[in-house]
Amino acid sequence: MLLKFIFPLLFAAMLAPAFAREAAPVAADPVAEARLMKLSSELRCLVCQNQTIADSNAELAVDLRNEIREKIQTGMSDAEIKDFMVARYGDFVLYRPPVKNTTLVLWIGPFLLLAVGGGILVFNLRRRRHAGADPELSHDDQALAESLLHTDSTKETT
Amino acid sequence: MKKAWVLIPLAVFIAMLVFLGVGLKLDPREVPSPLIDKPVPVFHLQTLDTPSRLLSSADMRGQVWLLNVWASWCSGCREEHPVLVEFAQTRAVPIVGLDYKDQPDDARRWLGNFGNPYIASVSDPDGRTGIEFGVYGVPETFVIDKAGIIRHKQIGPITPDILRDTILPLVKKLNAA
Repeated sequence: MLLKFIFPLLFAAMLAPAFAREAAPVAADPVAEARLMKLSSELRCLVCQNQTIADSNAELAVDLRNEIREKIQTGMSDAEIKDFMVARYGDFVLYRPPVKNTTLVLWIGPFLLLAVGGGILVFNLRRRRHAGADPELSHDDQALAESLLHTDSTKETT
Repeated sequence: MKKAWVLIPLAVFIAMLVFLGVGLKLDPREVPSPLIDKPVPVFHLQTLDTPSRLLSSADMRGQVWLLNVWASWCSGCREEHPVLVEFAQTRAVPIVGLDYKDQPDDARRWLGNFGNPYIASVSDPDGRTGIEFGVYGVPETFVIDKAGIIRHKQIGPITPDILRDTILPLVKKLNAA
């Protein structure tokens, strides 16, 4: 009963992305379009900051895609186009921030944290192993344990 | 000795709290502009009131000026506008408007309704000049010095506080230089 409703719904949901395709670009050059998509997927849309320029349909993202398309047509290299964007919007437009003095913590920080965490873990594990190996039973304890074990086993047999 | 070790996670936790607390107060929308201390991008655009007249960035050489990026469709600009209109009456500094991705007719009507604080507004209908300025959200305001170097960028609406505490002191300093 429920499936009857859910199935068409799912089917409709699957169809939706097919209609959501972007309008065909004016430039019919597939190589340039591929470059545009690759470049714009590495550039952040500043209006909706967690999307790339390739993903976003914000007006600024559309404008910037057009700008990049034009730059590709005039023969600019990918690096030159990225420099153009960084000169205007800062390193923030790059989804992969460059390694610089100001971004060093960003790049090295996680590894540093991992090293510190790993170090603490190893240190603690070693200490625990030592602590576990340490206690040897004194003579009295040994005798007590044996007598207990003995009484235990006799009890079980009776 | 052992007690000191116990305190380390607490110290780390407090340090994290401090960082997160500072992070909460930062506005992620305010991306520092790489254009600060760089020459103002060259533009040569039609003015809004007389399209036959062009205004270029070079025309403003020799004076401290503000470039205010606005649009009639922008609600933040509505909020900011009365502040600018009042500020313009003090004649402290000339304000040039960059009418960003707007219909000139809408823009003229908007200025007619709410007042015109600009010595001139230039039209940037396709947003190309906006891209040169790294505009990503209107309103934005640039403070430009006599040599045509961008000295400050205000992202978001100008408030009376921002005018008094940031923009006016900077304009005075640049005018004295």
